[in-house]
Amino acid sequence: MTKEDLELFASGHRACAGCGEGTAVRQILKAAGPNTVATICTGCLEVISTGYPETAWEIPIIHAAFENSASVAAGVEVALKELGRKEGVNVIAFGGDGGTFDIGFQALSGMLERGHDITYVCVDNEAYMNTGIQRCSSTPYGASTTTSPVGKLSIGESRPKKPIAAICAAHGIPYTATASIAYINDLKKKVKKAVETEGPAFLHVFAPCPTGWRHGSDSTIEIARLAVETGVFVLWEAEDGDICNLKITQKPKKRKPVKDYLKSQRRFAHLSDEDIEHIQKEVDEKCEKYGF
Amino acid sequence: MTVKITIGAVNRDHGSSRIYKTGGWRTMRPVVDLEKCISCYKCYDYCPDGAIKKLDKGITYDFDYCKGCGICAKECPVQAIVMIKEEK
Ligand SMILES: Cc1ncc(C[n+]2csc(CCOP(=O)(O)OP(=O)(O)O)c2C)c(N)n1
Ligand SMILES: [Mg+2]
Repeated sequence: MTKEDLELFASGHRACAGCGEGTAVRQILKAAGPNTVATICTGCLEVISTGYPETAWEIPIIHAAFENSASVAAGVEVALKELGRKEGVNVIAFGGDGGTFDIGFQALSGMLERGHDITYVCVDNEAYMNTGIQRCSSTPYGASTTTSPVGKLSIGESRPKKPIAAICAAHGIPYTATASIAYINDLKKKVKKAVETEGPAFLHVFAPCPTGWRHGSDSTIEIARLAVETGVFVLWEAEDGDICNLKITQKPKKRKPVKDYLKSQRRFAHLSDEDIEHIQKEVDEKCEKYGF
Repeated sequence: MTVKITIGAVNRDHGSSRIYKTGGWRTMRPVVDLEKCISCYKCYDYCPDGAIKKLDKGITYDFDYCKGCGICAKECPVQAIVMIKEEK
C-alpha cells in the first residue's frame, strides 16, 4: 500500500453515477496528500460530500458561501502562518465553474493578486449543475442549458467559453495549468506542482457531467479524452504567468474532428452541420494559436 | 431521526459518508474476468466512487458503493469487465 492508495475522498458520497467531479476530487486529494486543508463553496461538490451529519472528507475542510472559496482559503492560509503551522501544509480552495468563472471571480482575483500560498482548483462541468443546469461563462457555444435553451431562434448558449486559466495566469501567478480527468497522471503531476509552488497556483480541471451534458454515465472519461483529442480543451501549464510561453502537456498526434466530441452529448444534439463546421473553425484557429 | 447540530456545525467524523451505501443505486453490475485483467488499474483510477480495490494481481469491487456507472468497463483496455443487469 502506497500513500496514494489512501482514499481521502470517501465512498458513500452522493454524486450521480459517472460524475466527473467524483473522479477529479478523489484523484486531486490523492496527489495533494493528507496534509491538506481545503475550502469548498456551494455547488455539487458541497452537496454530494457534506450531508450533515456525514462528510466524505478525510482532511479538514471548511464550507464557505458560493462566492467565497478563495477569500476563506486566504483567511485559513494567513491563520496557519500566524500560528506557525503552515509549514508542510497545503491549502486548496475548490470551486465549481459557477463559483469560479462568475460569482467567485472577484474573491479569486484578489487572492491571486495578494499572493497567498494557495492552490485554487476549479472543477469545471460547464454550467451551474447543482441548481439544474443553468448557463455560466464557462458554458461553451452551442450547448443547450435550462437558461440558454435551444429553440427556433436560439442555438443554445450564444457566447464562447471564458478563458479562465489564461485570465488567472495574467495575474502573474507562479503556476497555472489546465488538466482533465481523462489524463490522471498529468492531472496528479500538476496538482503536486501546484501545491509545491510557493504562492498562488490555479488549476482548471475539466470534468464532464452526465446529468447536465446528457450522456451515458459510462462515457464521462471517454468524453473528457475526446475534448483533448479534438482540441476543444487544451492541456497546458504556464509558469510566472508567462502565457506566451506556455507548455502544451498533451498534444494529440492528429486532431480528431470536433464533430466526434459534439455528437457524444445530447446538449449539442441540435447542432446542424453548418453549426459544427463553425465550431470546428473556431477550434482550428485556437489550436493554431497554441501551435498545433 | 433527530440530529444534534454542533456549534458551527463542526463535524469531526471524517469519512463518515461511508455509512451510506450507494451500492443500492445500482441497476447494472460490473463483472471482471481476472484471467483477462492485466492489472493496469485504469478502472481504479477512473472510478468516481472509490469502489474498486487493488489486489496484488487484478481488482475487486466494493459493491457497498459501486453505483454501476460503467466507466470501468468502458475504459478497460482489454475488455476484462462487462456490465450485467443487477438482480436484487
Ligand atoms: C449567493 C448564492 N447564489 C446562488 C446560490 C444557489 N446555488 C447553489 S449551488 C449553485 C450552482 C453551482 O454551480 P457550480 O459552481 O458550477 O458548481 P456545480 O454544482 O456545477 O459543481 C447555485 C447557483 C447560492 N447558494 N448562493
Ligand atoms: Mg458547474
